[in-house]
Amino acid sequence: MRDVAIVSYAQAPMQRDAGGLSDVEMLVPVIDRALSDVNLERGDIDFICSGSCDYLAGGAFSFVMAVDALGATPSAQESHVEMDAAWALYEAWLKFQCGDIDIALIYGFGKSAPGELPDVLSLQLDPYYTQPLWPDSVSLAAIQAQMALAQGRFSERDMAAVVADSRAKAVNNPAAQLKGSIAVEALLGEPTFVSPLRKHDCCPITDGCSVMILASKEKAKSLCERPAWIRGIDHRMESHFLGTRDLTVSSSAQKSAQVIEIHSDKVDVAELYAPFSHQQIILQQALALTERTVINPSGGALAGHVLMAAGLDRFGAAAQEIWAGRADRAIAHATSGPCLQQNMLAVLEGA
Amino acid sequence: MTEHVAIIGVGQTARYRSKISVSLAGLVREAALEALADAGLEWDDIDALVLGKAPDMFEGVVMPEIMLAEALGGTGKPVIRVHTAGSVGGSTAIVAAQHIKSGQFQRVLTVCFEKQSESNAQWALSPSTPFRPHFNSGAGGMFAPVIRDYMRISEAPEDVGCRVAVKDRQHACRNPRAQLQLQDISLEKVQESPMLWEPVRFLEACPSSDGACAMVMVNGRHTESSENPPAWVHATAMRSEPSFYPWRNEVDPSAGRECARELYQKAGIRNPRKELDCAEIYVPFSWFEPIWLENLGFCEKGEGWKLTLDGATHMDGGDIPWNCSGGVLSSNPIGASGMIRFAEAALQVRGMAGDHQVADARKAMGHAYGGHNQFFAMWVVGADKPV
Repeated sequence: MRDVAIVSYAQAPMQRDAGGLSDVEMLVPVIDRALSDVNLERGDIDFICSGSCDYLAGGAFSFVMAVDALGATPSAQESHVEMDAAWALYEAWLKFQCGDIDIALIYGFGKSAPGELPDVLSLQLDPYYTQPLWPDSVSLAAIQAQMALAQGRFSERDMAAVVADSRAKAVNNPAAQLKGSIAVEALLGEPTFVSPLRKHDCCPITDGCSVMILASKEKAKSLCERPAWIRGIDHRMESHFLGTRDLTVSSSAQKSAQVIEIHSDKVDVAELYAPFSHQQIILQQALALTERTVINPSGGALAGHVLMAAGLDRFGAAAQEIWAGRADRAIAHATSGPCLQQNMLAVLEGA
Repeated sequence: MTEHVAIIGVGQTARYRSKISVSLAGLVREAALEALADAGLEWDDIDALVLGKAPDMFEGVVMPEIMLAEALGGTGKPVIRVHTAGSVGGSTAIVAAQHIKSGQFQRVLTVCFEKQSESNAQWALSPSTPFRPHFNSGAGGMFAPVIRDYMRISEAPEDVGCRVAVKDRQHACRNPRAQLQLQDISLEKVQESPMLWEPVRFLEACPSSDGACAMVMVNGRHTESSENPPAWVHATAMRSEPSFYPWRNEVDPSAGRECARELYQKAGIRNPRKELDCAEIYVPFSWFEPIWLENLGFCEKGEGWKLTLDGATHMDGGDIPWNCSGGVLSSNPIGASGMIRFAEAALQVRGMAGDHQVADARKAMGHAYGGHNQFFAMWVVGADKPV
C-alpha cells in the first residue's frame, strides 16, 4: 500500500441557510484557503474529485457549475461521485495506489436549506415498495432508535448524553452550527419530535462545503509538519430493505473495522458520522470503542451536517487532531443511505 | 506496484429500447448476469461494485446505488457510484479499472444504466434551479449552436451530418442490440426528416433509450475463468474543464484535446487513425463525428468532415471505422452510453462483436463526453497484453 496523507482541510462556516450564495461562491474561498494553508496553487494539483447530490439543488448535473470554482484552464484530471465526498476521497486514494498522482484536492458541498431534506431523502428509497409510503429520513431513524431502545441496547438518557457532549465539544469548533453547554436533564425535558427522537437527537439542516488536500509520501512531508497518514480504508454496503437487516447493529462498520484492523483499544480519537444521536452509540458499539477514545472532538454531525460533505468532514476533523498532536491514531467514519446502510472506515496515524 | 487490467466479461440488455415493464433492478441484473456468464464467474467472486449513471432525475431515485446494490450482489461489499454527466459511462469504467490497477481488488463488476422511459429527458435536462437563469433547451438546443459554429469554421458542406446519420444507422442494422433498426435508411430519408434544432434533424439525433451495460474487470493474473479472450486496458484518461469562460472553444474543447493527447501518450500511439483498428466515439448528434475526428487528432483541424465524406469511418471500406455498433445515434441510455462505447471497444478486440465485428481488430478506442463539451473519458484496449 502506498502511503497517502491528509495535509490540508478547510470548511465553510456551517449555517442553517447560506441564502443566495451559489455552490461556486461558497466553494471558491474554501478552496483558496485549503491551498494557501499548504502553499499550493491550483496548478500543483494532479487530480480533483468531488461529492454532491443533484436533488439538493433540485436540478440535473448540479455539480457541473462547481467545476468553475477550480479555475478555467488548463483542463483538470477530475471526477465526481454522487455520494458523500468521503467516497471522492476513496476514489482519489485508489488513484494514489495506482501510482498516477501525488497531490489530490477533494471537495464536497451541499445546500439542504432550499428543499425539505427529510422528504428529499425519502426519494432515496426503493421506488416500488418503500418510497410510495413516503417514509422520511427522520422517521426511519426513529424506527431504528425505537428498536434499539426496546432491546435495551441503550437508553434515552444515553442518547441525550451524546447530544450534550456534542454541543459542549462543538464550542471549540469555529465552523459548528450548534454548540453550547446544556445539561442532559434539560434535554430529556424536551418534547419528542418523532418518537423516540427529540429534535436535538437529529442533525441540523446545514448549508456548506469542505475542501481537503491529500498528498503522497513523497510530497506530504514538505507540505505538513505532521501529516495524517491513511493507514487503512474500507467501505461496505448493507441491504437496503429495512426488514432484512438488524437495524440495531452496524455489521458493515464492524466488517470494515476487521478488514483495516482498527485495534479498538488503541484509538485516541474517533470521528463518527452519526446524523442521529442513537446512531453514534450503535457505531461505538460496532467498533467496540473504549473509554480511552475521544469521540467527535469536532462535535460531529449533530453540531452541523452538510449533507454530501459530512463524511469528508469526519476525515478532516480527525486529521486536525493528528496535526495538533492531540492524537497519534484516529478513526474517521462516513455513512450513506437510511439507517447507516453504507459505511466507510479509515485509520489515520501521525507517524 | 500497479497491476494489469483485463476485461473478461461484457453484458448488455437485449435491445436498447423502452422497457417500462422491467424494474430498475431487473434492468441492471440483465446486463450484469450476461457479463458474469461471459467471465465465467458468480456473484460471490466479485470483490467490489462500481456503478454509474446520470442524472438521478431521469428515474426519480436519489443515489439509486443505495437501493440497487443488493440486486447486484453488492451487500457486504464496497460499492461506489460515479456521476460525471454524459461521460459517466466512461468514467465509471475507468474508476473500475483503477480498483484493479491499484492492486486493492482482484475482480470488479461495473454497471451503468439509464431508464429514460421513466421520465422525459427534455424536462430533466431543462431544470429551473435556484440561483441560476432557466435554460430550457434540452441537449439538442444546447449543442445546435456548437454545430452551426463548426460548420462555419470548417466550411463543411451542409449534408455531412446527414451522411454520418446514414452511416451509423447502417451500422446499427448489424447490431441486434441497437434500438433503431432502420433497414431502409437513405440520405433522402434523413434530409426529409423534421428539423428539430436547426441544423439538427430528427434522424440526426439520438433516441431516448432504456438499458444497462456491465463489465467484469479482473487482475491480469485471473483471466482464465472466461472461455473467451480478454481485452487488455492499455491506457485511460479523464479530463474536465468549466462550462463557460471567455476564451473557451466549445467546438474544439481543450479538455478533449488534452485528454486524447494524454491517452495516446500512455498507450504509445502516435497516429490514432493508423494505429487504432476502430473506435467507439460518443456521437449523440450526427455532426459530432467530424467535430470529434478533429478534436481527437484523427486528422488536422478543418478536415474531419472530409474523412466522413470519403467513407473513412464506414465499416465497409473505411480505414478507421467509427461506431460499428451504431453508436449513440442508434441507442442512448444516457448513463450507460459511455460504458457501451468502452464495452464495444473491448468486444471488438476480443473478436466478439458479431455482425459488426471489424476484421482482425487488435486495438480499439472508447470515448465518452458530457456537460457542455467539457467532461471527457477515454480508453484504449487491445487484444495483446500491454508490455
